Amino acid sequence: MSSALEEEIGARTAALVPKWTGASLDAGPGDVECERGYILHWAEATENANLLYWDEGVAQDVTGGWIAPPSMLSVWMRPLMFNPNAREQVRPLEMHFRLKDAFELPEGIVTGNEIVFGVPVRPGDMIATKQTVTEIGDVRTNRLGTGRPWTIDVTYTNQRDEVVAVESYRMFCYVRNAS
Amino acid sequence: MLLFGKVQVGDALPTLEVPVTARTVVMGASSSRDWQPQHHDYAWATTRAGTKDIFLNTPNQAGWIERYLTDWTGPYGRLGRMRFRMRRPVYPGETLVFNGTVRETAVDESSCAWVDVDIELTVGEDVATEASARLAIPQDDKDNPWRRSGDDWRP
Repeated sequence: MSSALEEEIGARTAALVPKWTGASLDAGPGDVECERGYILHWAEATENANLLYWDEGVAQDVTGGWIAPPSMLSVWMRPLMFNPNAREQVRPLEMHFRLKDAFELPEGIVTGNEIVFGVPVRPGDMIATKQTVTEIGDVRTNRLGTGRPWTIDVTYTNQRDEVVAVESYRMFCYVRNAS
Repeated sequence: MLLFGKVQVGDALPTLEVPVTARTVVMGASSSRDWQPQHHDYAWATTRAGTKDIFLNTPNQAGWIERYLTDWTGPYGRLGRMRFRMRRPVYPGETLVFNGTVRETAVDESSCAWVDVDIELTVGEDVATEASARLAIPQDDKDNPWRRSGDDWRP
């Protein structure tokens, strides 16, 4: 049985579902290019001794030169905390925040994450992202509150338009339960 | 080099134990360029976020999972797909324990050899993060998954 809040959110947002499903945002390239310093800092932070990141001869033999660890993906899309040349402040995963605003669901959590990796990222690469809303689910209530789940796919491409990864974020955005 | 013929369903990966310190958490946030305060600011984490301390961020956990997997495969192991779900924060002072099991092995139409692994990151009795990953590994000493692209790379 639906609660009054479920019915209210369902009625208020029903017309938004077809409008936003399939919506895309081309966020363009990130603020930083892939470079060795970032790669070494990542390997340092995860105590990763993989020779691909430490031995140029091995990197040349195995991967045709230096690459970044695939899991570093989100590093290349995060905006700088200070950038005098920035035209506007872009939030990481901007499409998610636009959906929250449109649906008036102020709280949100990531419930799942899946990444499919394509061509490796190499020093000198600039990675651009395109964010697409692939699914908006029915209104539901859980221990956090009442709202809707949605899925946003982020496609990462390099400057040659090769896909380096597709990442799916599953979110639940909601109004908190009254305490 | 870990070759496909040496891997069987049910194989256990070696356990990895990581003592987590404040430096682990802050360096993880810094290396992923993630400056959300709950990953470096104790006062904010405890008063605003309501957690008991700063805690490991999501990208850093992905990095630790990748490191755990490639410790096992060596540099020829190529990550094709990774999925994970965090169930509770990981704090300084805790020991994060990684365990993995081979769930499936397969060779696809392009002769790429795949290994699917389920991974659990635990703190004491708690499962902190559940993950699964698909890696390509060589079938023999002349094979190299990193040379694959286009239709020959279907993770």
